[in-house]
Amino acid sequence: MEVYALLGFVLILSIYLGLELISKVPSTLHTPLMSGANAISGVALVGALVLGGDNQLQNILAFLAVTFASINVFGGYLVTNRMLKMFKKK
Amino acid sequence: MSMLENISTFQNLIYIASSILFISGIKMLGKEETAVKGNFLSALAMFIAVLITFIDPKIEVNIYLIFAGIGVGALIGSLIALKVKMTSIPEMVALFNGFGGLATFFIAWSEFNSVPDNAFQYVLIMITTYIGGITFSGSIVAYGKLSEKLKIQKTSLITKLFTTIFYLSLIYLIYSASITYLIPPSFDFFTILLIFTLLGGIGFVMPIGGGDMPVVISLLNSFSGIAAAFAGLLLTNNVLIVAGSLVGASGLILTIIMAKAMNRSIGNILFIGYASSSSNSKSEEVGEVKPINVSDAYLILENASSVLVIPGYGMAVAQAQHVVRELGELLESNGTEVKYGIHPVAGRMPGHMNVLLAEANVPYDVLVEPDDVNPMMDTVDVAVVIGANDVVNPSATEEPGSPIYGMPIIEVHNAKTVFVLKRSMSSGFAGVQNPLFFKENARMLFGDAKESIGGLVSEFKE
Repeated sequence: MEVYALLGFVLILSIYLGLELISKVPSTLHTPLMSGANAISGVALVGALVLGGDNQLQNILAFLAVTFASINVFGGYLVTNRMLKMFKKK
Repeated sequence: MSMLENISTFQNLIYIASSILFISGIKMLGKEETAVKGNFLSALAMFIAVLITFIDPKIEVNIYLIFAGIGVGALIGSLIALKVKMTSIPEMVALFNGFGGLATFFIAWSEFNSVPDNAFQYVLIMITTYIGGITFSGSIVAYGKLSEKLKIQKTSLITKLFTTIFYLSLIYLIYSASITYLIPPSFDFFTILLIFTLLGGIGFVMPIGGGDMPVVISLLNSFSGIAAAFAGLLLTNNVLIVAGSLVGASGLILTIIMAKAMNRSIGNILFIGYASSSSNSKSEEVGEVKPINVSDAYLILENASSVLVIPGYGMAVAQAQHVVRELGELLESNGTEVKYGIHPVAGRMPGHMNVLLAEANVPYDVLVEPDDVNPMMDTVDVAVVIGANDVVNPSATEEPGSPIYGMPIIEVHNAKTVFVLKRSMSSGFAGVQNPLFFKENARMLFGDAKESIGGLVSEFKE
């Protein structure tokens, strides 16, 4: 159980850090920030790789998790990059 | 230390390095000058984290299935990202959000089948399942609403039914999490949670209207991160926790910004909506609207020394951003100062107008926020409102009984002249009549925004 207390601590600190880091985002970047953050949530891919594979159901679930997380990662980063490249200063 | 422990320690160290890259990446994504680099750093962090996970000799899932999944996902994701039109970005973001949630939903489901060894793990599994599942089905409904494939009245019976299921699913989650400490949940028990969760997510988003979408989409964005963070707790994986939490935080910030821009609480947006308050306020129309045609509008614009353009969802619908930019350039070469007033909730997602104008090559430093433009509104000769309504409604400042009273607006009614480009006299999303149209200085330019602006452009070219 100790490990969960420690990881819970990491979770709270990371949320707090995130709130501090992004609190003053200009409205121009609202959409790219959202889609860039969206790509980051595809980090679930890392979790999907270490799942159990004892039976067929687990293999199928892992395959689906990997697939959807990958769509999220590749799609998210590419579209964010595409959007950011459009923003130009005068 | 054994060989396995060495690998696991090494892996964790690399995860920490990857977490630091994620943190720097998202920080840089919040500033215009560094955003592209920030996105790249975050992608690099992802690459490193995934790569180092593969060195673990304990990977149990069939490796060919994993590579197939990555391949299929990369292909679909890249195709969508490179093909999508900028006007369809809101629904695409909703869809990707949903996929992230779905991945964590499957992770939690799989972990349930690994037979956890204590009650706390069961609770984590249930919470992860729930947040992931709600994010998925809620995002799919949001996708349907944003792409206008799904049209459901918020007062309809089916909406009420699903809203009820949402509350029931929440109760079921709390119940199952509590009871787990007494008896480990059975397979059937968990299956009911899976179904409840997916249906509940539909009920969560279904009653929320189009104009509130910027809030919902930010909140779902936040959820997808929280779901990943909980999956990290479940798998005791630190990079999942850090990256997921960052996403949760950034989504939360956007949610708060959007709610503030509407002067409403998040609870009010999610659970009440406008309908309950709009009945007690019926602002009577005073006077008549004064229509104007394109050639008269041109004459006024030609003599203006400063013009402020206020785009709204109507500009996105009419796909008018390119002609708007063309008109802006013609005005500038005519010696007029042109700025764009962007309200944070204009459109269907945070920053919607900014993306559309950027696509049309409007530089971002001529876009101004309400707080900056309102104090000098009386120096603006012509304010051109293109398909925006509630965000320029003076009831918000003048009429205490109005449902939108208190919402920060772009105060175009203080400009010398206001052109309102609109298809008809219908009210905005909030269902409130807009007294702006009846003001002495307002002129209505009826018709499709793209055609009206196009007409102005050709007048200028002659």
